[in-house]
Amino acid sequence: MTLRILEAGTFTTVQDLGRPGRGAFGVPPSGGFDALALRAANLLVGNPQDAATLECTLNGPVLASDRDLVVSLAGAACDTRAGDTPIELGTSFVLRARHALRVGRAISGVRCYLAVRGGIDAPIVLGSRATHVAAGIGGIGGRPLAAGDLLDVGADPGDQPKRRRLSATALPELAGEIVLRAIPGPQEEAFTLAGRRGFFSAVYRVSPHSDRSGVRLEGEAVELASTPDLDPEGTVEGAVQVPGDGMPIVLGPDRPTTGGYAKIATVVTADMSLVAQARPGTALRFKSVTIAEARMAWRRREAALLEGIEELG
Amino acid sequence: MVLTPRAHPVVGRSRRIGRVFLVRSVEDVCDCSELVLAGVPHDQMLRRPFHGAFRCYQRTRYARGAVDETVRWVGDRALLRVFDGADLLECNRAAFALYNEIRTTLSGKVVDVVPGARSLLVVLAAGAEPSMALMSALARPVPGGAWGDPVLHEIRVRYGGDDGPDLGEVARLSDLDEREVVRLHTEPTYVVGFLGFSPGFPYLLGLPGRLATPRRATPRTRVPTGSVAIGGPYTGVYPRSTPGGWQVIGRTDVELFDAGRDPPALLAPGARVRFVAS
Repeated sequence: MTLRILEAGTFTTVQDLGRPGRGAFGVPPSGGFDALALRAANLLVGNPQDAATLECTLNGPVLASDRDLVVSLAGAACDTRAGDTPIELGTSFVLRARHALRVGRAISGVRCYLAVRGGIDAPIVLGSRATHVAAGIGGIGGRPLAAGDLLDVGADPGDQPKRRRLSATALPELAGEIVLRAIPGPQEEAFTLAGRRGFFSAVYRVSPHSDRSGVRLEGEAVELASTPDLDPEGTVEGAVQVPGDGMPIVLGPDRPTTGGYAKIATVVTADMSLVAQARPGTALRFKSVTIAEARMAWRRREAALLEGIEELG
Repeated sequence: MVLTPRAHPVVGRSRRIGRVFLVRSVEDVCDCSELVLAGVPHDQMLRRPFHGAFRCYQRTRYARGAVDETVRWVGDRALLRVFDGADLLECNRAAFALYNEIRTTLSGKVVDVVPGARSLLVVLAAGAEPSMALMSALARPVPGGAWGDPVLHEIRVRYGGDDGPDLGEVARLSDLDEREVVRLHTEPTYVVGFLGFSPGFPYLLGLPGRLATPRRATPRTRVPTGSVAIGGPYTGVYPRSTPGGWQVIGRTDVELFDAGRDPPALLAPGARVRFVAS
């Protein structure tokens, strides 16, 4: 079975849950930025949670299948149509071979995940199908999709599932001001007291110069106590690094694996979906939490996702 | 927060780490990124109701030359062990020894282990608690051992000219002539301290002090594949054409990164490298 890309969209890449474990060689994990939404899209069509999907950014692709195919969309809400029929976010449906699927423009959030039953069958590079464009690896030739691309669809996992739907609480709500819970450190001492306090009280704006390596913020500069250059050390997803200009950057899945900027805080795992879906211009602030609170939040998020898959008649 | 002797009685002293505090609340420890949780099984700490005393160490800086170790949480699923000594090579060797130990003896909950210049980052699976074995490995005093890869990689470099447009600038800043820069750069046996910036990009340790050169004020939008460059105290090779701010002094044809291999990088942490002028 084959998907034909008719229009590529702004930035559409093949993503699965990435290739963690090679940071020592400078290879970032990549994979879906909003991993929760990616997993949800897979669960809706009965795939393993780590199957490869299409990560659509702001303006999605237009594509067609050569046979009827069960598909789903999760993450950013888009004005999606299959042929002339509007498609609801978070519901599995059959895409007919005669219809083109127009993922459309994101209305809330940034990244929408299109899962197809059987998964996108791109070559496995270093243990994953995830695309890392800067290094040119994974996905389709290590690049974003282009019009005319043909994508193979993997074997059907068996047992045709009932139609499935995501409950309203399965994924974090994407609306209004974004509040990211974050654990202070690991380099608080690189900032002045005013810088640290200011960071947790300031309201930032999401910069349009954000991408999969990091979400850049604009607003009040965070005051550094010393030079921002430290000995480079390993980076994690969600780390908030502050370069010399004082403007924080929240690191994403395509980040460099080591970096020498001071990090004032680290966004909790449970809130990474909100980072991935932060639209340029949106107001954003940080809230300091403890590790215990972060872990509790993650357990709640996981439970909400797994309990939030409903079967329809 | 910082622990104070008034609120948290000092119950002992450790020459290696400093004061040992008595802590009575989990929140005291969870909230405090300035603490070393040496020897404390973190999973028990979070799960068990809190009874009685609890050892934790306040981080202190030590005299130059000593290697002081600290373990910090980075977010809710990673731990960073920092080797905080004056000697970069000593610290990096300790980080490498720990990297080797953790990547070969632990598995399952650990999804990635990344050496830095003077640190080691251990990333756990989401929701996983660090095992006691991992916490004690991270908290142990400086691990012994040497850098790993006994193989010496010889990298042939065409220095200067179009291949090394910044050779003249490096010579000027280090007050040497270009031939001297090349001689000094090809002299040491370097060690791959860590990788980063882009896949397969090695940060080599051992650059002669005179050649340490600040990065360019304005980074280049495109540095060609194979460019050999100097950035601060490091020298390295661009595995792929990317934007870059290091001073480019030469170029090699050696392929540093191949996604078809696993491991994909020619130069792994701990590997040894010599440059040969061709």
